[in-house]
Amino acid sequence: MNAPVPNAEAREIALAGMGASRLRKEDARFIQGKGNYVDDMKMPGMLHMDIVRSPIAHGRIVKINKEAALAMPGVHAVLTAEDLKPLKLHWMPTLAGDVAAVLADEKVHFQMQEVAIVIADDRYIAADAIEAVEVEYEELPVVMDPYEALQPGAPVIREDLAGKTEGAHGAREHHNHIFTWDAGNKAAADAAFDNAEVTVSQHMYYPRVHPCPLETCGCVASFDPIKGDLTTYITSQAPHVVRTVVSMLSGIPESKVRIVSPDIGGGFGNKVGIYPGYVCAIVASIVLGRPVKWVEDRMENISSTAFARDYHMDGELAATADGKITGLRVNVVADHGAFDACADPTKFPAGMFHIVSGSYDIPAAHASVKGVYTNKTPGGVAYRCSFRVTEAVYLIERMVDVLAQKLNIDKAEIRRRNFIQKEQFPYTSAFGFEYDSGDYPTALEKVLDAVDYKGLRAEQAAKRADPNSPTLMGIGLVTFTEVVGAGPSKICDILGVGMFDSCEIRIHPTGSAIARMGTITQGQGHQTTYAQIIATELGIESEVIQVEEGDTSTAPYGLGTYGSRSTPVAGAAIALAARKIHAKAKKIAAHMLEVNEADLDWEVDRFKVKGDDSKFKTMADVAWQAYHQPPEGMEPGLEAVHYYDPPNFTFPFGIYLAVVDIDRGTGETKIRRFYALDDCGTRINPMIIDGQIHGGLTEGFAVAMGQQMPYDAQGNLLGNTLMDYFLPTMVETPHWETDHTVTPSPHHPIGAKGVAESPHVGSIPTFTSAIVDAFSHLGVTHLDMPHNALRTWKALKANGVNL
Amino acid sequence: MSKKLITVTINGKKEERAVEPRTLLVHFLREDLNLTGAHIGCETSHCGACTVDVDGESVKACTHLAVQCDGSEVLTVEGLADKGVLHAVQEGFYKEHGLQCGFCTPGMLMRAYRFLQENSNPTEDEIRHGMSGNLCRCTGYQNIIKSVQYAAKKLQEPVTA
Ligand code: FES
Ligand code: FES
Repeated sequence: MNAPVPNAEAREIALAGMGASRLRKEDARFIQGKGNYVDDMKMPGMLHMDIVRSPIAHGRIVKINKEAALAMPGVHAVLTAEDLKPLKLHWMPTLAGDVAAVLADEKVHFQMQEVAIVIADDRYIAADAIEAVEVEYEELPVVMDPYEALQPGAPVIREDLAGKTEGAHGAREHHNHIFTWDAGNKAAADAAFDNAEVTVSQHMYYPRVHPCPLETCGCVASFDPIKGDLTTYITSQAPHVVRTVVSMLSGIPESKVRIVSPDIGGGFGNKVGIYPGYVCAIVASIVLGRPVKWVEDRMENISSTAFARDYHMDGELAATADGKITGLRVNVVADHGAFDACADPTKFPAGMFHIVSGSYDIPAAHASVKGVYTNKTPGGVAYRCSFRVTEAVYLIERMVDVLAQKLNIDKAEIRRRNFIQKEQFPYTSAFGFEYDSGDYPTALEKVLDAVDYKGLRAEQAAKRADPNSPTLMGIGLVTFTEVVGAGPSKICDILGVGMFDSCEIRIHPTGSAIARMGTITQGQGHQTTYAQIIATELGIESEVIQVEEGDTSTAPYGLGTYGSRSTPVAGAAIALAARKIHAKAKKIAAHMLEVNEADLDWEVDRFKVKGDDSKFKTMADVAWQAYHQPPEGMEPGLEAVHYYDPPNFTFPFGIYLAVVDIDRGTGETKIRRFYALDDCGTRINPMIIDGQIHGGLTEGFAVAMGQQMPYDAQGNLLGNTLMDYFLPTMVETPHWETDHTVTPSPHHPIGAKGVAESPHVGSIPTFTSAIVDAFSHLGVTHLDMPHNALRTWKALKANGVNL
Repeated sequence: MSKKLITVTINGKKEERAVEPRTLLVHFLREDLNLTGAHIGCETSHCGACTVDVDGESVKACTHLAVQCDGSEVLTVEGLADKGVLHAVQEGFYKEHGLQCGFCTPGMLMRAYRFLQENSNPTEDEIRHGMSGNLCRCTGYQNIIKSVQYAAKKLQEPVTA
């Protein structure tokens, strides 16, 4: 007896396509210790590199003595800027139109700056040898405060820019000034303030933090002097861009440069940029003709690779007496450290900070950001964020709370009154963003119901009335809109490279498939979700679809993974590549079934003749035919490549609510409840989405409640180990509740918007909102992060709260 | 630097090697024995990525010397599965989505393995404390806790012949 033919529903389940919480394909290797990270790479004859770093923040290099180090057995070379000069590699371009020293050239600009490299037989000898390199410095005055950096007599940080009055983004007003970037309409915003019934303003500081993935940065560079080609294994979120830059810098043709991002132990933006260590390892390999490995330690990672944030912000809102916002003005001083090495699209020196009008229908707005050099580590990465969205969302959400407080309107109510309404989409903000879709009011009501918002407010009122209550209760609410899916090349590029992404799909004759991508996963589960998109589009089971990324010699050119762009950009490339294959397959099926294409219906995994379920060809049947007996005149094979340049960004959103209890005696905060509703459009793998949200919320919790990178006045970073820098453990991490609505993006082929940065962007202001809310009855409108117990305790004392 | 001969049983197999006295256990495993499962995240005993099991205790291999393991039994993530059958903690992390980038995972698994022998039926709070020496930057821990709960449950099931 024949087995019963599975019906469409059963076949759909077998596909494990979009919408299925499919377990991750990549896990098998990780849970058996078979991951393949950069530090796991070994090559015959491989040497190890270590870096001599500056102990001071600002000084002139008087002398470097390599002799003692070179004399040590097992040391192969000691290189300084002088050695890199003939190769013209002692400076490199940054992602932000500036240049950065690869090895300090006559002068050091920040503590832990790279001064010299040592290459030795093993990492122990290299570590010994860097101690033996003698560097003599003449100290220079240090500038750590960006406001002081702009004073007329401030020390000159960048002598190499002396006399340059034009920067990459317009005129420079001062020797420590990088750019001033304006967005929006200043005259309109000023007019809104002139005519306002109410105005509020607030200064806030978004501290410098570090993404701190668990794996540090590193690479293994291998130059083959005979063939003249260079292979580099590297912890990079954007391997293709690295290849382009390496080729441009080294002069080696791009076709002879192979960059491989193997498994990456978390990126979070930290692994987007090109760091001096990478360049040095590559140079060392070229000079020595042997593979060279460099893997930084945790102190180096925290203190010398790109930080995030460091925004000093002033926000102002103009409004009517009943809380309708009529104008927004923002002024920011951004501390970019010693070199402007921010990761930003070329045309946006302050990233996409102009998403600062948030989820609100604000008619007039203006934002201005001033970038400033200081003697701090350079960088400024989009830490789990699309460029500067995190700072923008923080500012607008804080300002809306401040306004609500001034007008004595509930913070949920003031948001309701200002939301962009569903029927206004596509909506163009005062900054010119065209928001694709959204439904904020529905999502807000869902959250307020889920947590019994009214009940919480009643409980809070009762606690406030009770003089013996041991805690202050606070409720935080944030309703954010994100901008992800960078980006349309008409407005977004990095170093002139358009921010498209790509996918190449090949269906094999027996009906399995391989997809190669321009992106690279750092834990987002691409191998699983990408296969699900193909499964749904082409009717091939996810299980037999292989996804490959990260090797520039096999993958099509793409801009990589950061800013939640993989699903909105590469996900679209996948769908469109699959659709090209689908179209060809349909022709072949029609030929096989001897009907017109118009007579065919598509059902899950097959083309069938309209009205006759027994006449069909599965995608596997078609694949075989495509290779072995294609219709006459048709090219054999079944494959396609698609480069997707998005027409617009996507705009996921979310509504987050937190309830906190602050101990009146100690200032310790307990996160009693955190409820996160996200709308990222079409959901491909709900299990993975939830996982991404948990991770982002936990990183947001760390930023809001404990992280900072404090420096003393001499430029010493006070705390660059995990002993000092707060990464939450399981004990302090709250329990997360997640929820969702689904508002697909109308312009995206599958309606997906991207999710992983939302929980980070959205949660940070939610914590602040909750903490401040606990103090709001005392007239407090804002408290700066991090909200650790000491700082909160000080706030209690300052506001007369005693036990 | 002069080397010292040590004998260590690793994942059931005896290994005899000459190591520098200063060689850290994690480097000994990763570089000398090619067991790259244990990872290095901090070098200061804070992250737990390098956790392995030495003589029935969780040890952070980044601050433990290889010579301290002379005569010891060491179990690493590579030895956790038994003849190709995943250990309950491995199955738990897979089924409950307890990993993302996978970098913390070997350390998490080795800690979970030992923790469940110290406490076979833990509460959520006990898991949070018992596993708090291991950091994860990706998962937000919630699914790791579920993974450990899954394993605890599985390990308590009566063994069927
Ligand atoms: S590397 Fe050993 S605890 Fe972090
Ligand atoms: S899964 Fe990435 S650090 Fe835990």
